[in-house]
Amino acid sequence: MSRRGMLAASAASAAVTTIPAARAKTASAQPAPSMARIALTVNGEARELELDTRTTLLDALREHLQLTGTKKGCDHGQCGACTVIVDGRRINSCLSLAVMHDGDTVTTIEGLGTPDDLHPMQAAFIVHDGYQCGYCTPGQICSAVAVLEEIEAGIPSHVTGDLTAPAEATNMEIRERMSGNICRCGAYSNILEAITEVAGRQA
Amino acid sequence: MKAFTYERAATPAGATAAFAKAPGARFIAGGTNLLDLMKLQIETPAHLIDVSRLALDTIEPTKEGGLRIGAMVRNTDLAADARVRRDYGLLTRALVAGASGQLRNKATTAGNLLQRTRCPYFYDTNQPCNKRQPGSGCAAIGGVSRTLAVLGASEACIATHPSDMAVAMRALDASVETVDAAGKARAIPIADFYRAPGTTPHLETMLEPGELITAVTLPKPMGGTHIYHKVRDRASYAFALISVAAVVQKDGSGRVALGGVAHKPWRVEAAEADMPRGAKAVASGLLAGATPSHDNAYKLPLVERTLAGVLAEAKG
Amino acid sequence: MKFDTPATTNPIDRLKVIGKPTNRIDGPLKTTGAAPYAYEQRDIPANAAYGFIVGSAIAKGRLVSVDTADAEAAPGVLTIVTAANAGTLGKGDFNTAKLLGGPDIEHYHQAIALVVAETFEQARAAAALVRADYARARGAFDLTAAMDSAAPPKPMFGTIADTAVGDFDAAFAAAPVTLDARYTTPDHSHAMMEPHATIAAWEGDRLTLWTANQMVAWSVGDMAKTLGIPKENIRLVSPYIGGGFGGKLFIRADALMAALGAKAAKRPVKIALPRPFIANNTTHRPATIQRIRLGATKDGKITAIGHESWSGDLPGGGPETAVGQTRLLYAGPNRMTRMRLAVLDLPEGNAMRAPGEAPGLMALEIAMDEMAEKLGMDPIDFRILNDTQVDPEKPERPFSQRQLNECLTTGAGKFGWAKRSAKPGAARDGRWLTGMGVAAAFRNNINATSAARVRLDKAGVVTVETDMTDIGTGSYTIIAQTAAEMMGVPLDKVVVKLGDSAFPVSAGSGGQWGANSSTAGVYAACAKLREAVAAKLGLNAADAEFVDGEIRSGDRRVSLGEAAGDAGLVAEDRMEYGDLADKYQQSTFGAHFCEVGVDAATGEIRIRRMLAVCAAGRILNPKAARSQVIGAMTMGAGAALMEELAVDKRFGFFVNHDLAGYEVPVHADIPHQEVIFLDETDPTTSPMKAKGVGELGICGVAAAVANAVYNATGVRVRDYPVTLDKLLGGLPAIA
Ligand SMILES: Cc1cc2nc3c(=O)[nH]c(=O)nc-3n(C[C@H](O)[C@H](O)[C@H](O)COP(=O)(O)OP(=O)(O)OC[C@H]3O[C@@H](n4cnc5c(N)ncnc54)[C@H](O)[C@@H]3O)c2cc1C
Ligand code: SF4
Repeated sequence: MSRRGMLAASAASAAVTTIPAARAKTASAQPAPSMARIALTVNGEARELELDTRTTLLDALREHLQLTGTKKGCDHGQCGACTVIVDGRRINSCLSLAVMHDGDTVTTIEGLGTPDDLHPMQAAFIVHDGYQCGYCTPGQICSAVAVLEEIEAGIPSHVTGDLTAPAEATNMEIRERMSGNICRCGAYSNILEAITEVAGRQA
Repeated sequence: MKAFTYERAATPAGATAAFAKAPGARFIAGGTNLLDLMKLQIETPAHLIDVSRLALDTIEPTKEGGLRIGAMVRNTDLAADARVRRDYGLLTRALVAGASGQLRNKATTAGNLLQRTRCPYFYDTNQPCNKRQPGSGCAAIGGVSRTLAVLGASEACIATHPSDMAVAMRALDASVETVDAAGKARAIPIADFYRAPGTTPHLETMLEPGELITAVTLPKPMGGTHIYHKVRDRASYAFALISVAAVVQKDGSGRVALGGVAHKPWRVEAAEADMPRGAKAVASGLLAGATPSHDNAYKLPLVERTLAGVLAEAKG
Repeated sequence: MKFDTPATTNPIDRLKVIGKPTNRIDGPLKTTGAAPYAYEQRDIPANAAYGFIVGSAIAKGRLVSVDTADAEAAPGVLTIVTAANAGTLGKGDFNTAKLLGGPDIEHYHQAIALVVAETFEQARAAAALVRADYARARGAFDLTAAMDSAAPPKPMFGTIADTAVGDFDAAFAAAPVTLDARYTTPDHSHAMMEPHATIAAWEGDRLTLWTANQMVAWSVGDMAKTLGIPKENIRLVSPYIGGGFGGKLFIRADALMAALGAKAAKRPVKIALPRPFIANNTTHRPATIQRIRLGATKDGKITAIGHESWSGDLPGGGPETAVGQTRLLYAGPNRMTRMRLAVLDLPEGNAMRAPGEAPGLMALEIAMDEMAEKLGMDPIDFRILNDTQVDPEKPERPFSQRQLNECLTTGAGKFGWAKRSAKPGAARDGRWLTGMGVAAAFRNNINATSAARVRLDKAGVVTVETDMTDIGTGSYTIIAQTAAEMMGVPLDKVVVKLGDSAFPVSAGSGGQWGANSSTAGVYAACAKLREAVAAKLGLNAADAEFVDGEIRSGDRRVSLGEAAGDAGLVAEDRMEYGDLADKYQQSTFGAHFCEVGVDAATGEIRIRRMLAVCAAGRILNPKAARSQVIGAMTMGAGAALMEELAVDKRFGFFVNHDLAGYEVPVHADIPHQEVIFLDETDPTTSPMKAKGVGELGICGVAAAVANAVYNATGVRVRDYPVTLDKLLGGLPAIA
């Protein structure tokens, strides 16, 4: 019988069948965690850590360096709340292993500014109310800072008209480039205003 | 995620040699797909070989007049390369239509080609899935299949390949260069790179275990108008429902590949002869033999209509 | 303080601080990452361990066995909690299914075990080693199939299943113009950015929970009931909440399992629900099937209006009250509404932003658009013609305020509605078919008892304490504004402390009752503090003025700091409500306008412009209120165009259970959004004269979008979300 037929039949007669969980049986002896020493420069400070190799950059920041400004929204690269800037580029820190960043330079939201000494982007988010619950906000701000640099560097986007011309900081360009940062509170319209204000000031 | 040991490879030969010592290991590049799947226990390697810092991150001209793209070139850098933008606009367009800025900053050329399906049942380890666990069945057949394959699928698997970049690569006749543990290099035309699901949907490409992708080469530029139209429900940061990659020449001839419809970028060279006759003619050849489900039958008219839009746009 | 007669002039009316578009006072913390959310609390006992929950692989049936041996032997594992060793557990009043399943399984991904380990990585790895065997039972997962078995739900929160006025059937049969249409709305996920998260710690028999929760007092009560311990032994702290939208109204598995895990491990335990687990483990907005019948005279007067809705939930659950607004929104002498509830074995349905009205208006406001077209009327004129200033089911109850018509006409002018082509499919902009849509917005106002404590210190600083929560709504800021206005101090002399069960019980955040209710509670406490200040100085509070940090009476002026002295002054009170909400129908109104473009070839839909006009009482802080509305418009756009928890009807679960599968709008989906608040104060709601606005903003949005898509394409989609596959058949033929 084909798979197609089999499934249809088993679903229909699923009244009381004992199904083992579909997860594979695993050998009972589990390897001990493998540990690794890494060195990072985080927000200008040299940090050394001894970590389980499974530790993501996100968890290294949040759980080991107590830099909880970087948020875990989905842990699967689907929301952007964990965005940090590594060696000048924004990435999802949840989909990157800390050990892979040995020697790297990381900037988090805490490195951009503090409540008493705000980065211009942070200040613009406050003035334009570019956030509500605040959970996606650090990721939005890190992304926003990087987006303006990406436009400056001429990196094209999905909405760039002429691929051979330099990119411009239009509203649509900024929206498209910010789309990897989900805000469920829906502050997008305000976030855009905050970013364009900063872009205008820079220009 | 199972515990694993980790090493950073310094050279391609070092990477393949490391694999030879630890069969069952995996290469990790950007990590944006592998790590995602490891967190869900879908991939459970005991050893990771980090290839992300290999010196395979340059784009160089080939002597045939094309480009050799290092396997570790980041998607962002590939899309932004001036030569690619000028001569292979299709590739830039496809790249920037995929994922997000953050992900493209990490994702590599090799990793993008090898990313695995986004079939929702593949992602849920409670569900039977022949691709994840051979022989367990396919929950997607008869289930929710709006995003799944209408072409080339089998009784065992109806997954689609999610890459946008690969669709452009297919239309551009790219070739995948590899090296194995014995140091043997080969080039696999992208047309032959992906396997049909058949009864073994867990085997996805022609790569042998431990074979390392070193580069992807593009033939010399072919001119024409390059259009990549990705159709999705939301405007960005979403996988394709379907996509159409087309290079259209002034005389109306050209080539077309489709994304989001099959386990691989879908191209039927014979159908391309009909390009001057319009979308309907091409689509009927491209979509011949389709096996849609109730949920995804819309993809057939959608392909045809999208192609029509693309051809109209190419005409200007 | 009891509010039982309409408000007259009071200190809030000075509007020196209230009504100003003040920046949020929590902004510097939130934008720098310094605001600590539940999982990030630092003030916790050291040595916290990590918990990872295992969810059921089946939707309904029984756990035959759970094998935890491999998991227990895994490195770092401290303890494993299952129903077998958790002890006797009760169930909270606000939970339908149990938070820890076994042996009975009530829904997919219901928690069946918790693994506690030294590190997150170890807990997650060991959780994958827990093996369960199940006996699967047949379940009901298909709402359409279950319609016939649906029954009237039992009354909840004063909502009744059926209402009838006049003779609907006869009037509908006799009406010269009629509409009888069926609409469906799918299951929706709150998808707030912060996953449900909790840190639990025991000290003897006292439990502290740092958790993400909208309703502190409810949740303390439910946790006590579930654990079988006195409420007094629980402290719940929830100072910052990364979005809730109704998903965090109740305790969920993270909180219970953290409490159980911490007890078993004898260490604090941290748990955040993994994103792929949230859609099926927690609650969602239930799907509906709605039938709407409208009958009207040829000139557009509604003579018969009927709205029926079917939804499903687990046994003991409640309905999606999608007919609520139809009882109040439009005039018409003959009326019927009916709700039916089917038993479904999908995950637990519950409140999500504007429960009832949000999906109800998704249907009703398409029906109004369809009916206007049948009548050959402009949809705005049709709505205005059928306005009512009284509760149509109980005409002796007037609306306290109702400016629906003004919202519609103001919006029409501002949006350029006159440029809309009445004929669908007639406007084009290059490859895009364009269209405009409108819908009415309606959401009831609810007032809830709310208390606060205010302290005045010798520096003249006013500190407000209440267990109110800020889920992004701006509670910190409007509460500070209220205290500043009441005490006559600048905003920077106010400190607001929220979200701690050690503070007086507030209304909490839900049902858009939070802003008006919680500030009214602060008003009451401040009124008492004013009396205390006056009394201490031997002044009469009634004729004293509180201005510029001073109390002034006759020619005496004393600074508040001086009045407070070293000991300081404290006052606590709460606002309670009389029967004004029975005498007057208190509701909020609005009109949503939307313009879309639809790709003529592919059917891709992109929103081009959005406008909302709202009449919702006094707007306490126009900046924060506007944000609430644009955010709700965004969520409404998602409901219109993409959001759907896809149900596997064979196995009974939501298949697309992560943020890649369940799409919500991203930046590129949302154009510039405009919001207009009409001038309104409602003296019947509270001394603040305010009403809610955070849910009004989502009501009707999706229908405005759907109507715009119809106007652009001529394709009427009645099954949400309006996705391109549903348009393809009706788009212009291609070359
Ligand atoms: C939320 C989200 C949305 C996304 N949306 C899109 C989208 O719209 N379109 C799209 O195309 N993609 C999308 N992606 C996928 C993304 O493009 C891929 O994850 C990425 O390209 C993978 O590249 P990587 O370098 O990170 O691969 P990795 O995760 O590092 O590796 C992937 C696989 O390739 C193998 N591998 C890597 N390098 C080599 C090598 N040199 N030789 C042999 N094997 C190797 C690894 O062992 C692994 O099996 C999305 C991803 C996420 C998380
Ligand atoms: S379609 Fe393929 S990937 Fe999806 S469940 Fe079936 S076998 Fe697995």
